[in-house]
Amino acid sequence: MPRAIRTQRKLLTTALAWFVGLLIFFPILWTFLTSFKTEAEAVANPPLFLNFDWTLENYAVVQERSDYLRFLWNSVFLAGGSTLLGILVGVPAAWSMAFVPSRRTKDILLWMLSTKMLPAVGVLYPIYLIFIRLGLLDTRVGLVVVLMLINLPIIVWMLYTYFREIPGEILEAARMDGANLRSELLYVLTPMALPGIASTVLLNFILAWNEAFWTLNLTAVDAAPLTAFIASYSSPEGLFFAKLSAASTMAIAPILILGWFSQKQLVRGLTFGAVK
Amino acid sequence: MGQIRLEQVTKSFGEVQVIQPLDLTLEDGEFTVFVGPSGCGKSTLLRLIAGLEDVSSGRILIDGKDATALVPAKRGLAMVFQSYALYPHMSVRRNIAFPLRMARMSRAEIDRRVEEAAEVLNLREYLDRRPGQLSGGQRQRVAIGRAIVREPAAFLFDEPLSNLDAALRVGMRMEISELHKKLGTTMIYVTHDQVEAMTMADRIVVLQGGIIEQVGSPLELYQRPCNQFVAGFIGSPRMNLIEGPEAAREGATTLGIRPEHLRLSRSEGPWEGTVGVSEHLGSDTFLHIHGIPGCDPFTVRASGEVDLRHGDAVFLTPDRARLHRFDAEGRRIE
Repeated sequence: MPRAIRTQRKLLTTALAWFVGLLIFFPILWTFLTSFKTEAEAVANPPLFLNFDWTLENYAVVQERSDYLRFLWNSVFLAGGSTLLGILVGVPAAWSMAFVPSRRTKDILLWMLSTKMLPAVGVLYPIYLIFIRLGLLDTRVGLVVVLMLINLPIIVWMLYTYFREIPGEILEAARMDGANLRSELLYVLTPMALPGIASTVLLNFILAWNEAFWTLNLTAVDAAPLTAFIASYSSPEGLFFAKLSAASTMAIAPILILGWFSQKQLVRGLTFGAVK
Repeated sequence: MGQIRLEQVTKSFGEVQVIQPLDLTLEDGEFTVFVGPSGCGKSTLLRLIAGLEDVSSGRILIDGKDATALVPAKRGLAMVFQSYALYPHMSVRRNIAFPLRMARMSRAEIDRRVEEAAEVLNLREYLDRRPGQLSGGQRQRVAIGRAIVREPAAFLFDEPLSNLDAALRVGMRMEISELHKKLGTTMIYVTHDQVEAMTMADRIVVLQGGIIEQVGSPLELYQRPCNQFVAGFIGSPRMNLIEGPEAAREGATTLGIRPEHLRLSRSEGPWEGTVGVSEHLGSDTFLHIHGIPGCDPFTVRASGEVDLRHGDAVFLTPDRARLHRFDAEGRRIE
């Protein structure tokens, strides 16, 4: 009975997908639940799932002890600023690679990507020293530049892929129609590549938001984003799991909500051109 | 005005020279067709004139002024692309208005010109649609509309009809010819389809391997092809090219005779063969004849229906006045 087998297989795949999905989601769910427990309940053995006394106390303590909004603002500034700067640099770069490629374009793209394979800690020392010399340590401007640079290869790669999907003849038509380079980029290329640019922006915003290595090493107080906010609740004061969870929940909530609302755009952008 | 002059123009991509040194003058108001097999350099030549490619050497003059170093936008030419190249995110109206916006024309003037173009091209009711909602023929008309609003010195067409189906192609062919009559603007049209070339052109430029083989009116090319390549390329079905003793008797290496310049008989004639495949078009019948020395198959065009079957013996008599003689290099012998 082919139909029965097909239904059965469908059920099985669905169950498997849900299982994997929940497995991936579980740590976030657990963090979220733990943030409403008392410290004692948080470390209880056996662990408590839903049957505990729900409390908002951790959130109150966290907000009282550290100024959440300041960290949040820094995160928004760093993620937004580095993404915007990255797009400003990345669009012209990707345009030239996609539409006026040279013999070395492929090599340059690979070389750019290869910088992502280098362990970040390898360049921590030089960058730290440069930051001290330039007075950029614990400044938002300095961090915006660093975050932009580390994400630039991804920005250029993504934009390059999207731009490649746009027929060159349309840009040539714009040129024939009297558009200069600026108009061509502004009125023709950018609107056509908008879905791609949007998903590049989203992905890079998320990457910059979650970036912890550089934000932890190059900030202290003034420029510290939410990653530093979470970190301040981990080791030094002992193991306060409930408060750490509350801090984590507060840190990831904005980006989770952003991701939730833009998931359609993200998926569309990331699979752009895959099916024609 | 729209005279375009090419002086010793060449183009190389790396080591490969795709356009050999070439001189050509296209007169104001003329409809010129560049025709040739794929890879002959006809599109490259058009793109050089447009400014989308830089010449490797030589000069391009538009209305007597040196345009060699000008960017496409400054040459005052408009181009219609094979893929239409419409802006998918703009309405038809905004597509047509785009070149005018780039020229910073006033709102009122833009509206007036767009309306006018829409009228000429029957696009009125589609002005607020997106290109994606139009058929191929309509899209092509939008592309033409975008070209005419600028009132360019010349129009460049790069195989504009090859994405359309056969019926639409014939219709659009007429429309473009009509447009040329109406506007009187210089037009350069690139195609690999010799029927398009023959039906539309005032003058045809036949290209092969980056070299101009012949320039002339459609009938000149048809009646007096200057070499074997042009003889074979212009005319459909192709000219029969006969080699061997039959050609030698006429003092040529190759003898050419068009399928329509032969008389068909069941009983008499100098050349004898047997009927192979016949193609019945209703108005004409194309017969492929086997067994004629020096050319196999041999094509004959007969008017109307012909009652001949596969394997029947036939005799052919060429129209002596219409024979073309070519020497060993393929050049025409007068």
